[in-house]
Amino acid sequence: MTSFSCDKHRFHREGGMMEVFPSSTVSLREFGCEQTLLSRPDGSASFVQGDTSVMAGVYGPAEVKISKEIYDRATLEVLVHPKVGLPGVRERSQEQCVRETCEASLLLSLHPRSSLTLVLQVLHDDGALLSCCLNAACMALMDAGLSMSCLFCGVTCAISADGEIITDPTAAQEKESRALMTFAIDSKERRVMMSSTKGSFSVHELQQCVAASQKASEKIFQFYRDSVRRRYSKNL
Amino acid sequence: MKDTPMSNCERDFILKAIEEKKRLDGRQTYDYRKIKITFGTDYGCCFVDLGQTRVMAQVSCELVVPKENRPNEGIMFFNLELFPSPLVYPLQSELSVKLNRQLERCLRNSKCIDTESLCVVSGEKVWQIRVDVHTLNNDGNLMDAASVAAIGALCHFRRPDVSIQGEEVTVYSPEERDPIPLSIYHMPISVSFAFFQQGTFLLVDPCEREERVMDGLLMIAMNKHREICSIQSSGGIMLLKEQASRLELADSSLDNYQKDLKAGGRCGFAESMPQERITALKTDQTAVEMTDVSETASSIVQTAVAPPQTVPSPSVPVPGVGQVGEGLRNTWGLEEEEEEEEDVEMDVVEILDSDEEEEEVVILYPETTKKPK
Repeated sequence: MTSFSCDKHRFHREGGMMEVFPSSTVSLREFGCEQTLLSRPDGSASFVQGDTSVMAGVYGPAEVKISKEIYDRATLEVLVHPKVGLPGVRERSQEQCVRETCEASLLLSLHPRSSLTLVLQVLHDDGALLSCCLNAACMALMDAGLSMSCLFCGVTCAISADGEIITDPTAAQEKESRALMTFAIDSKERRVMMSSTKGSFSVHELQQCVAASQKASEKIFQFYRDSVRRRYSKNL
Repeated sequence: MKDTPMSNCERDFILKAIEEKKRLDGRQTYDYRKIKITFGTDYGCCFVDLGQTRVMAQVSCELVVPKENRPNEGIMFFNLELFPSPLVYPLQSELSVKLNRQLERCLRNSKCIDTESLCVVSGEKVWQIRVDVHTLNNDGNLMDAASVAAIGALCHFRRPDVSIQGEEVTVYSPEERDPIPLSIYHMPISVSFAFFQQGTFLLVDPCEREERVMDGLLMIAMNKHREICSIQSSGGIMLLKEQASRLELADSSLDNYQKDLKAGGRCGFAESMPQERITALKTDQTAVEMTDVSETASSIVQTAVAPPQTVPSPSVPVPGVGQVGEGLRNTWGLEEEEEEEEDVEMDVVEILDSDEEEEEVVILYPETTKKPK
């Protein structure tokens, strides 16, 4: 890992700002990522959204236990480790969301009778945790070089008490929101791969949030492309 | 998941090199790897990088009932979790138990924290300080990194302020009153020594490859005042007294750690991400263009098919049992559970209605909802 001197990307972080919908702009907090930061896993990445940060490590394809073996494709296991305490029911549901998204985008049939393990460690939670996990997972899978049919990204939307839509909310905004939704969006056609919602909202609000997430996902995919391009560039 | 076994060539190479006083990464016998300590955004969060070994510790607190035999003292709870690695499962759990026990002995039994200051109401409420250590990357010598991270997090942590007026106890939130630090008597830090060739050669701070070929490991926890807090020897190495006293001289690097810990400022993990690395990228806050969103949303809603109104209203045949849909009529609630699924999807409800004759068939996951592979 050689380091190059380049123009520094130092920006002051501002809070997730939002405006009254539908006056056309909604914003994402500043995000950053780093790949290949752990030496032991086959692929690793850390993703930071504002203050929320998650580290992901991927092992695989590797040998699988006979009891978990699937004859024609790989067995994907996802583990989410919270910062404080032991993993509980909430982590299990987050694992399920991430696993279903990954299984839909990875080409598992290329590695039959093998195991892929994805470990997510929460480093700090300041809102939008599930979408940060999804983004970190996608970057780690890319870093490990596993074949995927499409990339995916996670976007969280919150509907505040007076009906405004906030994308990428902070923990304080999440607490005061009436509904919270996380969508996993794929990169080929910007369709929703996974959705996890909490709270009450109307069908119209749901569709608005989906559309807002699809727009926001463009930025995230552009960011993926930029980071990978920078990583493999010969000069910065 | 199984790890790649180490080949005999590699093992012989490392042992031979040690005999000639050479290490894989060019260090000397008593050299430590580069250590980097960072603190996170909230109180009690500490990251330690010892070469490639990375460990994170987080301290949290809550009010609990104290132990019966010690009503005046707070409780310290330690938990060390290993990042899943290709180690075979029994070995991994053995290592986890060993590290947990060592960390407990190093920090709790050495009485480095004043537990009596954690008492709020004697016999009723005391603070329980919980230290969670997560190992992120294991490149050898997890114990030292974990002990530095744990003591760093304890030094960094602030607990909420409490005031007692007669019978009333008020716990102030961080916004009301500044939280106060824990009272720490001394900082024990462990140093590990690996032995090779039946104790003939010793190395400080073994990396992962060296750990695999070592014969025994000796861990000594010491503090700044050169007091030994705990010693743990594993691997069955017989140490001569001269060797043991020689080891104390190697602990001079402890003073550097103490200085680092005191000087460590607060900075979020987000800000500590290196900017100059080619594998890291950061962007600022971006706005998202949303001009077409409301039109797209409205058009989707209008063209969507309305759900059919074939859902019968739920009935309550027996108190405590709810039933949606027609099916087997049964007085005992147990069998009715199979037909009571809370389905919102229109397709499932129609299938249930049409299959009324086939009372034995229970559809839990209808084919329409299966994801295409």
